[in-house]
Amino acid sequence: MSKTQPLLDVRGLQKFFPIAEGFLQRVVGHVRAVDGVDFTVDEGETLGLVGESGCGKTTASRCILRAIDPTGGQILYRTRAGNTVDLAALAPAELRPLRAEIQMVFQDPFGSLNPRMTLLDNVGEPLLVNGMKNRRERADRVAELLRLVGLRPEFMHRFPHAFSGGQRQRIGIARALATNPRLVVADEPVSALDVSVQAQVLNLLLELQSRLRLTFLFVAHDLSVVRHISDRIAVMYVGQLVELAPTDALFRQPQHPYTAALMRAVPVADPRVRTADGILAGEVPSPAAPPSGCYFHPRCRHAQARCRVEAPALRKVSPGHVSRCHFAGTMTF
Amino acid sequence: MDTNKAPLLSVRDLRVSFALDEGLVRAVDGTSFDVLPGQVLGVVGESGCGKSVTMRAILQLVERPGRITSGVIRFRRSSSNGADGEVVDIAQLPPRGPVMRDIRGGEIALIPQEPMAAFSPVHTVGDQIVEAILLHSHRWQEEKLSRRDARDITVGLFRDVGISMPEQRIDAYSWQLSGGLRQRAMIAMALSCKPRLLIADEPTTAIDVTTQAQVLALLRDLQARYNTAIIFITHDLGVIAQMASYVVVMYLGRVMEEGPVDDIFHAPKHPYTQALLRSIPSLYGKTRVALPVISGALPHPFNRPAGCPFHPRCPQAMARCSTAVPKLMPVGAHQLASCFLHHDEAEAA
Repeated sequence: MSKTQPLLDVRGLQKFFPIAEGFLQRVVGHVRAVDGVDFTVDEGETLGLVGESGCGKTTASRCILRAIDPTGGQILYRTRAGNTVDLAALAPAELRPLRAEIQMVFQDPFGSLNPRMTLLDNVGEPLLVNGMKNRRERADRVAELLRLVGLRPEFMHRFPHAFSGGQRQRIGIARALATNPRLVVADEPVSALDVSVQAQVLNLLLELQSRLRLTFLFVAHDLSVVRHISDRIAVMYVGQLVELAPTDALFRQPQHPYTAALMRAVPVADPRVRTADGILAGEVPSPAAPPSGCYFHPRCRHAQARCRVEAPALRKVSPGHVSRCHFAGTMTF
Repeated sequence: MDTNKAPLLSVRDLRVSFALDEGLVRAVDGTSFDVLPGQVLGVVGESGCGKSVTMRAILQLVERPGRITSGVIRFRRSSSNGADGEVVDIAQLPPRGPVMRDIRGGEIALIPQEPMAAFSPVHTVGDQIVEAILLHSHRWQEEKLSRRDARDITVGLFRDVGISMPEQRIDAYSWQLSGGLRQRAMIAMALSCKPRLLIADEPTTAIDVTTQAQVLALLRDLQARYNTAIIFITHDLGVIAQMASYVVVMYLGRVMEEGPVDDIFHAPKHPYTQALLRSIPSLYGKTRVALPVISGALPHPFNRPAGCPFHPRCPQAMARCSTAVPKLMPVGAHQLASCFLHHDEAEAA
């Protein structure tokens, strides 16, 4: 157990979406998009959240932001004032003062900025919402933010269309930082960017983190990017956490066959290293009707009879390393 | 002449420009490369480098206000018995003429980036493929194909690309299929007329890594089975390393460097290729350290730098780079590069 209390402590987080059917739209079932996820994020750390599309990583991150309301579980957050609150249980009015502390960077730098507002208004809006009514004061803060993300302050009177994808992502980061947040949730922040621009934005995120002591929850599907930026990585599959470990340990020896399969699927940028065989067949099962036993067993090449009937629990393999596999620690995947 | 060495497609000094109100955008500015029969050619470059426009030019699909202003696109057609036929210059063919219509989809097929946008949502995927087969039916047999036959061919194609339950899936609409299945159906459509050249424009960008691995394995398998030449366009250097045998690196509408995949990755000659390779996070490198980046940003298309297009961002730029455009010349045994660090040849002004 770490000595200090984590900044964010997610316990048993659940988010079910109802499936309605028929004329009366009766609820006939639930999509268990996030089904009992536990993790902690320490202050100043980056936790990477990975998985295929449909695994619930975006839903989980939206719950933490309370962009959507979780169905169950606790999201314990240590506020700047030092007390711990459960974000999942707060009423909207109680949540509002905390919104400044938790901010988001979006995937699409083209869709997430208002094209009719100048940078001053785009980046300055969170300031206005948080009570900075004086326009001169806001302009000063926006200039400071633009400088912080490597853009020229003179740009603040231009509109988003004048900027390239990489520059827009910097603008989105500046907006997220406007209110001095402590926790930044970044959902695929570099996946829409070109290789050379991607490196620039990753460097910026790392630099800002050390300068401002930010905590990142970094949601992405690109394992090489997540590996580069994260201290620890959580792997999700069909709404559940299947493995969580420090980055080095995870890559040195993954303790879940799903993690291992994800790693093998990444094309290596070296023609002399052929991507290993053992491609993961099939697709992520629907969270509305997950398979019996271990959710991964229909795609798992190590699956045995036990996996079809008995759902494995998340258990500790080594300090800080947990896996949801019956054979974790006894087998190399 | 050894026909295996003669290129299937030969692009020479291709220029495509878009006359916009704000000025002329030279999207492709003197691009040259060859595709040999059965070769997988990888084209890498960042957005705005002209890779997609080049491919649209090869299919004569450049839309107004874009225009092929000069250059040659020599394509070796197949004759009716499948052997090599006449060589045509696609750049000179009318886009809507009978020859171009026969080549497009028939001899050169395209796998687009967004299969969701490429399939019509109001027709079943099967119907759309059947239509393509009937349009190019002489590639399957001499006499006219019936709809029934075309449907059977489509079922066979679906099975070939690894779609389970093809008889049912053929009657699905594109929005009923998952991303991976949709891309497989798109590949089936591209293969439906037995093309000699397949252009895959970022075919795996919109899908998951695991599905990407499946699609890449499928393309590799089909390529080996039918010996189709593939032009594989992507910005993902990992995909290029795993798929291509020969690589063309583009920047601002020009070829910076080209060569066999091993040379490009292990002995890159052009500063742009070198910088690009350094800037990607790997699965083995040191984590949480600053990645080497290419300084500056891509110039605005109206604002092309004079001389070598890369010189404002190049760490090794010399005085000459800002005035003269380096030619694509052989450097070393198999590579070509357009860089004054390696030769002195400039394009004629």
